[in-house]
Amino acid sequence: MANLKILVVDDEPFIRAGIDRILRNFKVDYPFMEEPFEFTIIEAATGEEGLESIERDKPDIILLDNKLPGIQGVEVLEYVRKKKYDIVVVMITSFASLDLAVKATSDGAYDFIPKPFTPQELKSAIESITKHVFLVRMTKQMQVQGKQIRFQFLSVLSHELKAPLNAIEGYLKMMQEEQLGDKIDDYEQVIDRSLKRIKSMRNLILDLLDMTRLESGQKEKDLKVVNLSDVAHNSMDTAKPMAIQKDVKIKLHAPATVEFVADNGEMEIIFNNLVSNAVKYNRDGGVVDITISKTSDRIEIVVADTGIGMTQEEISRLFHEFVRIKNEKTREITGTGLGLSILKKLVETYEGNVSVESTPDIGSKFKVVLPLKS
Amino acid sequence: MESKKKCVLIADDDIDYLFQLRLNIEKMGFDVISAESQREAEKIIERHRPDLAIFDLMMENEDSGFILSYKMKRLYPDVPIIIATAVTAETGITFEDADDDTGSWIKADLFLEKGMRVDQLQREINKLLKI
Repeated sequence: MANLKILVVDDEPFIRAGIDRILRNFKVDYPFMEEPFEFTIIEAATGEEGLESIERDKPDIILLDNKLPGIQGVEVLEYVRKKKYDIVVVMITSFASLDLAVKATSDGAYDFIPKPFTPQELKSAIESITKHVFLVRMTKQMQVQGKQIRFQFLSVLSHELKAPLNAIEGYLKMMQEEQLGDKIDDYEQVIDRSLKRIKSMRNLILDLLDMTRLESGQKEKDLKVVNLSDVAHNSMDTAKPMAIQKDVKIKLHAPATVEFVADNGEMEIIFNNLVSNAVKYNRDGGVVDITISKTSDRIEIVVADTGIGMTQEEISRLFHEFVRIKNEKTREITGTGLGLSILKKLVETYEGNVSVESTPDIGSKFKVVLPLKS
Repeated sequence: MESKKKCVLIADDDIDYLFQLRLNIEKMGFDVISAESQREAEKIIERHRPDLAIFDLMMENEDSGFILSYKMKRLYPDVPIIIATAVTAETGITFEDADDDTGSWIKADLFLEKGMRVDQLQREINKLLKI
């Protein structure tokens, strides 16, 4: 159970005792909270004692009388504000000093409770304060989490960008120091690998640009009637060199025209991603089956391969940025780790979804569902 | 000094980096066993005790290097381990001055920035092997 500390600063002992009695067994519960809040009451008879308690007990809420024997309530409020403590201050005040209470709220008090109050009035005030505390903290926590995700993204990105530079630099040094011999032919593999790393780095940068545009929503859709069968044929052509190299056959099962209102470029990204993955992660001599079907309310694109497949654990990580499934079977396959993440974001801009079924060493089946707008 | 060559285990999922590192370390006069993944390295250390290990930090997992160090130190507490990483400079994450709490579970003897000069690397390896 979550516990909130309430500091009561009031010179009248019976008020402090009264508040303690009312709130001792009081619980605040909201449907959106995991657990109810309960309260611990700390008492202070003077403003000075209150300041000590603020430092010592770190209360979450202060119920503060303004008229105190030594320093006044507003001075305690001022102290909390100056120190920028994360404490909700509520003034307890008699009707006679209502003006002061209103002024205090503009000086940083969250609210005021007029005296005398009934137990019910106190409880409902505490209830609304608790909700406020909860929301403020949730918001802060979410901002921190957002920053963490961003930080993680940037550190992985810098890693991914630096790795090819290191590799290429290493190869150039080897050539400079003539480590493998004094003929250019001795470095054929070194040059070949360097060019491959440069190419994959370029692809990463292009993918990153795609993703940045998607995320900032800058990419305006150029909506037209697109024939998805044509788009599929284009992707098959694009993947052909790699397919020939691996002796993979790509088959399309679709009507001659499947019309969908979309941005042609984006549909190409979706198909290219699916088809090139299906070829890349296939076994030599394997098959890729592309199926496009249209019903009254949706279009389904299924791309199935006969490749290396994935485990459940690998599938669960699949759509995260920079996740490339790394194992002995994928080490020769290059990729940026951004393709599926982009694909998913793109499909979601059409209110669609992507799902995947896979069995290790049998193959994977990706399904994209795009709803038709009525 | 032993007449037999000392053996260095290197693990990195970047095959180019692995190739280059192998070449450099062989030139220093060591035998090299290489692994392309955390899993492969785990299999190797089950059967074989190297004299020194160099692990990449991020392989299949973000903390593959740490996991490997932990497993390795349990098997061979005396074998020095270097974790090579490319993350430090840009992110400001440093491991050297980790507090005692962290130090107690990160078992590596040394953290090195990837792309350091070969002679520097050799000096660090020699220091760890007390050559």
